[in-house]
Amino acid sequence: MTRETYVNAFTLALFVAIPLWAVVADEPFTITLMTRAAIFAIAAVGLNIALGLGGLVSLGHAVFFGLGGYSMGILAHHAQTYTALAEWPLLIEGTKSMPVIWLTAIVVSSLAALVIGILSLRTAGVYFIMITLAFGQMFFFFAISWSEYGGEDGLSIYVRNGFPGLDTLVPIQFYGLCLGLLCLVLVFAWRLAKSPFGLALNAARQAPLRVETVGLDPARLRLIAFVLSGAIAGLAGALFADLNRFVSPVMFSWQTSGEIMIFVILGGVGRLFGPVVGALVFVALEHWLGGLSEFWHIYLGLLLLLIVLFARGGLIGLVAGREAVHD
Amino acid sequence: MFLMLQGRGFMSLILLIEQILNGLQFGIMLFLMAAGLTLIFGVMGLINLAHGSLYMIGAFCAAAVAGMTGSFLLGLIAALAGAALAGALVELVVIRRLYRKDHLDQVLATFALILIFSEGTRWIFGSFPLFLDVPDYLSGPITLPGGIQYPLYRLALIVIGLAVGLGLYLLISKTRLGVQIRAGENDREMIAALGIDIAKLYTIVFALGAALAGFAGALVGAIQSVQVGMGEPVLIMAFVVIVIGGIGSIKGALIGALLVGLTDTLGGIFLPEVMKLFFDPSTATSIGSSLASMAIYVLMAAVLVLKPAGLFGARA
Repeated sequence: MTRETYVNAFTLALFVAIPLWAVVADEPFTITLMTRAAIFAIAAVGLNIALGLGGLVSLGHAVFFGLGGYSMGILAHHAQTYTALAEWPLLIEGTKSMPVIWLTAIVVSSLAALVIGILSLRTAGVYFIMITLAFGQMFFFFAISWSEYGGEDGLSIYVRNGFPGLDTLVPIQFYGLCLGLLCLVLVFAWRLAKSPFGLALNAARQAPLRVETVGLDPARLRLIAFVLSGAIAGLAGALFADLNRFVSPVMFSWQTSGEIMIFVILGGVGRLFGPVVGALVFVALEHWLGGLSEFWHIYLGLLLLLIVLFARGGLIGLVAGREAVHD
Repeated sequence: MFLMLQGRGFMSLILLIEQILNGLQFGIMLFLMAAGLTLIFGVMGLINLAHGSLYMIGAFCAAAVAGMTGSFLLGLIAALAGAALAGALVELVVIRRLYRKDHLDQVLATFALILIFSEGTRWIFGSFPLFLDVPDYLSGPITLPGGIQYPLYRLALIVIGLAVGLGLYLLISKTRLGVQIRAGENDREMIAALGIDIAKLYTIVFALGAALAGFAGALVGAIQSVQVGMGEPVLIMAFVVIVIGGIGSIKGALIGALLVGLTDTLGGIFLPEVMKLFFDPSTATSIGSSLASMAIYVLMAAVLVLKPAGLFGARA
């Protein structure tokens, strides 16, 4: 076992031990914080597929996170107001069932990722960064002006959506659901990186010309990676909306895109558990520094600056050494 | 009846001209932002998300100094000096370590700078917006040929912006510094070999871009409120401008900025009107304003499909 494996196992142990302790000590707020960390981690694992594996610096993943959130918000809103989402050409009704909402979130965000991907992957480098950022802003302004679903104020959902066999209103049960999904997504990302597709994508990042020479299409590989990445971020968005029982245009904002990227970088780009460590550390900092000072973003900024300038491998890189990056 | 129709037609012509002027004014201010960004990218290969912070710093310097001295002009000078100084400082401390790093690192480090600048400004000035007043000699409306009343200050913004654009053009095409900047865009090893202090050149270019952004921030600050976070929406619009115009091209930045300014302003006014032809008024307003908020991005997507490198882009 490498040191990175130990770090990964330790992280996972924290995700199990802290909430269990919180149940025993009756600290529901800690469970909420851990749920937040787990959901952020799912979004970041999604981004890491595009960023770490595919080398696509997307500053627009808030689009998919937000679409996931609004999928939940709109479906649940129609369910709680007993109105139909659409009556023509076929009757679509709202729902309070998590599996249906998740599926919707995944489908909607994949479709958006497909369209945005087709357009923005025509370019590379700085163009790609700017364009993904711009598309994020487009959805942000659209959500603000879409008054039917709350506009700037967002949508409140009064009761958390249900999952068969669980009482999602109990914090630890909802947390268990999120942790289960995080594990599923991690297994998926891990298998994906080891699969022929993952290897080809990795190669397309490092030597696109060679990949093309052996008959693979780097553009297609990148597009698939972008769609998968967006789908996972969408799932995380739906969960995040359910955690807060609230969606607002903030989910689409460029700050959200930046934060998802910070999770990945804080932990370590291209490492399986990088996003998970990053999300956990971010939530811990947010809670701890946010309690110390109203201006905690300054310290976050300084920390990020130090990591970018002096610790390329992120926190996992600091602890486990740089040799373990899978490329 | 005929007279009424004619009257409405005349009114909407005035409205159209007013909105075109508003669009031009917005576009020119975007150009000041986009020119700095594209210059910095062209010469140093750096993507600078913190450019919006420099815009904000300019606005805050102007509001603070104008508030203390009562002079708008001193405020503008403070905006230029403050933003250039902040730019030079940031370049020396952080940015110059980023030139050799990849775009991901540049994005993150400059994102970190946004956090530091925004929260730092909130720390110093508080969360409430500051106000920068239009000076007396530029306030009030002016009557344009054809009897159109238009705010003098907005007209002044168009003129000042065009003058700065012209100055930038002369600087880059006619002066020694301009030759060095253009050489730096083409071959940085070669101009270093010719004995030009490339590190100093980079600092100057960065400070120049920062000063342009700060200047724009101060000018716009007088018609909007001066507050933390004012820079980022403009920054992202400036990115759209650069994507449309082509990275590294000042001419592209100008054309792109005018296109974006006009599309955004005219779309906001006329799309709801157009929608009224198809829907009832309240639905039309809501659909029209939603569409208008997306118009510039649709424009960007269209340019991308037709010309992935932008209208005047040399490199993709």
